[in-house]
Amino acid sequence: MKKFIALAMALVMCLALFAGCGQESNTEPSTPAESGTPESGTPAEGASFKFGVVGPLTGENAIYGNAVANGVQIAVEEINAAGGINGYQVEVSPQDDVSDGETSVNAYNNLMDWGMQVLIGPVTTGPAISVSTEVYNDRIFALTPSASSPDVVAGKDNMFQMCFSDPNQGSGAATYMGSNMPDAKVAVIYRNDDQYSQGIRDTFVAEAENQNLEVVYEGTFTVDTQADFSVQLTAAQSAGADVIFLPIYYQPASVILAQADAMGYEPTFFGVDGMDGILTMPNFDLSLAEGVMVLTPFSADATDEKTVNFVTEYNERFGETPNQFAADGYDCVYALKQAIEAAGCTPDMSYEDICTAMIEQFTSMTFDGLTGTGMTWSTAGEVSKLPLAVVIQDGVYVSAENAK
Amino acid sequence: MGKKIKSAANRAPRLSKAAKIDYATYLGVILAFAVVTVLGSQGMLTRSFQGQLVPICCYIVMAISLNLTVGVLGELSLGHAGFMSVGAFSGIVAAMSFQASIPSEPVRLVIALCVGAACAAVTGLIVGVPVLRLRGDYLAIVTLAFGEIIKELINCLIVGHDENGLHVIFNFDGSKTISDLGLTENGIEIIKGAQGATGTDTIASFTAGFILIMITLVIVLNLVRSRSGRAIMALRDNRIAAESVGINVTKYKLMAFVTSAALAGAAGALYGLNFSNLGASKFNFNTSILILVFVVLGGLGKIWGSIIAATVLTILPEALRGFEDYRMLVYAIVLILVMLATNSPQAKAVFSRSVGGVKGIFACKGNKAKGGAANG
Repeated sequence: MKKFIALAMALVMCLALFAGCGQESNTEPSTPAESGTPESGTPAEGASFKFGVVGPLTGENAIYGNAVANGVQIAVEEINAAGGINGYQVEVSPQDDVSDGETSVNAYNNLMDWGMQVLIGPVTTGPAISVSTEVYNDRIFALTPSASSPDVVAGKDNMFQMCFSDPNQGSGAATYMGSNMPDAKVAVIYRNDDQYSQGIRDTFVAEAENQNLEVVYEGTFTVDTQADFSVQLTAAQSAGADVIFLPIYYQPASVILAQADAMGYEPTFFGVDGMDGILTMPNFDLSLAEGVMVLTPFSADATDEKTVNFVTEYNERFGETPNQFAADGYDCVYALKQAIEAAGCTPDMSYEDICTAMIEQFTSMTFDGLTGTGMTWSTAGEVSKLPLAVVIQDGVYVSAENAK
Repeated sequence: MGKKIKSAANRAPRLSKAAKIDYATYLGVILAFAVVTVLGSQGMLTRSFQGQLVPICCYIVMAISLNLTVGVLGELSLGHAGFMSVGAFSGIVAAMSFQASIPSEPVRLVIALCVGAACAAVTGLIVGVPVLRLRGDYLAIVTLAFGEIIKELINCLIVGHDENGLHVIFNFDGSKTISDLGLTENGIEIIKGAQGATGTDTIASFTAGFILIMITLVIVLNLVRSRSGRAIMALRDNRIAAESVGINVTKYKLMAFVTSAALAGAAGALYGLNFSNLGASKFNFNTSILILVFVVLGGLGKIWGSIIAATVLTILPEALRGFEDYRMLVYAIVLILVMLATNSPQAKAVFSRSVGGVKGIFACKGNKAKGGAANG
């Protein structure tokens, strides 16, 4: 009987916990959970466009997924407040994929059940490749804000990218170093069990040769060994590297920065878009990131009206400076708006018809957004835009040209 | 894994009950397949559920095969996902290599599953031969390491195929890329090292998954109920007593372990061919533990329990999407509640009362006693 009572008590406590959860998610407008409920910010009258978002809202890559979901939410609410697309409101549903291929396909299928007409996502590369096959077979239009591998769009005419691709990032970083840091001795530390990291490293090293950059050391790590980098850092230091290229996500990068600081080793750290997010990482000492260079298409200190408005709005709502992923998510919605308006699509069209119209528009239109102006898309789905080098100063991004 | 020897008198009537349970298991799987197929053809299933069918089949086979090692043989294996990984990547290589020469998808799928099973069986033999001779929990330690080693090895693996055959390089120092394979223009890149298998033709189907489950059930249930199976269980229950009556310890342990590895390999091949992109990191320690959770939750040695647990626990995280950010929390709580409920005599009594009628048809009254023995 004791056991039975214990069980009953456990049940009651769990229910109480749920009740707590429920209330919390209702009173906290900043959680992406809130944006998942279709009624948020959308009057229920009449038909509306349904945009799905797939990305890691929980798990180790959650910063990326949440940034995209937040950027999308801001864009959608702005559009809805201004009268919608072609007079129709937009509904958006973000679904969590924990950056896992299987879960991502599940999330995508879940959105298809919901009646999604256009997919924004998936956010990370591996899941995006898995989902892209489904997208291609289903003939639904997909625009990924940040999955940067060429494999994501290769051979799929209805999958487009908003971010520049890995080869562009790798060779872009090498080109930038070649022209701005001549005679630099570069060390590369990358994660060799990660598609994204390995992909950028490959193109970086290939382009470094053309740029006469000397790669003095290459260190690798895996997801299981990303807690300690003293070996790689010591090796880089003894190889005489004065620039360390980090084509990795921000969590291991934060460890590298802290350990290099503890060693008293002060090379220039150079990251790519995965480094974006380091400034909003919880419990991270911002002074460690001082002077880190990041290759990103978006800089929150830009003074154009669009960026200023977006950054202010994002700050107000979520209490942090938006990173590139948020800007990519925001741009995705506006690019879709422009294309849908040009094609004159309506929500009662099937997603196949919308897809056909979107492919036509995206391959012919020019789009100005937060992450670049005059963007065009090739028929392969890759975007043309220029990466911008920024430096972290006093905890914010500053364009490398404006840096002190 | 100390277990008391059950008296022969106790065992004799249980076998016939066991046979009934076995037939009920086959019947249940066939019925479930029929129902899902009919509902699917009527368009009554959600996309979300249909998308999960193949992974569910894979996880069921994984759980059944691990149950053979953990529940029947009584050895703890913490690297079952490693065998799945071996099967998945070898299966993908096989399926992609024959893409040009064998246009029929089902035939390629069968070849891939056989190759996956064979490769995993060989790996299981390599791991099992030295380790299964030892006493104690060494298998757990070695399989744990094995799972990690496989992951690192596949990260180094670059494989491509063209008309000249298969090209394989091991990229140990991280400096080689897919271009070092020297593929001709018509060549296909199959595994790109850390980037995993990308661009895989997704030829897996639910029917193939169902057939794989049935084959697995036939193999495992027949093995368990055979003379060899009784020898394996005797080893689990008391190794010294088993040795004293002349049972070859290593032989029977290897038999169970390699069978288990081969089935996991086949499941891995099916899983790998269901997604166009698969990285080695998918088959990490967490996946091994997930499979172990299916087995423990379903009941050690209970095959039907593994099937139900694998199905429910695969669907559950998706079914809980309504909880948004809290879904994994809810998942954990449900898991704990189920564990508590299945171990509580009161809950069992309530359960058996409520489904007494149904149970009467399929199973037997002594089920509880069997459950107790298997869980003990």
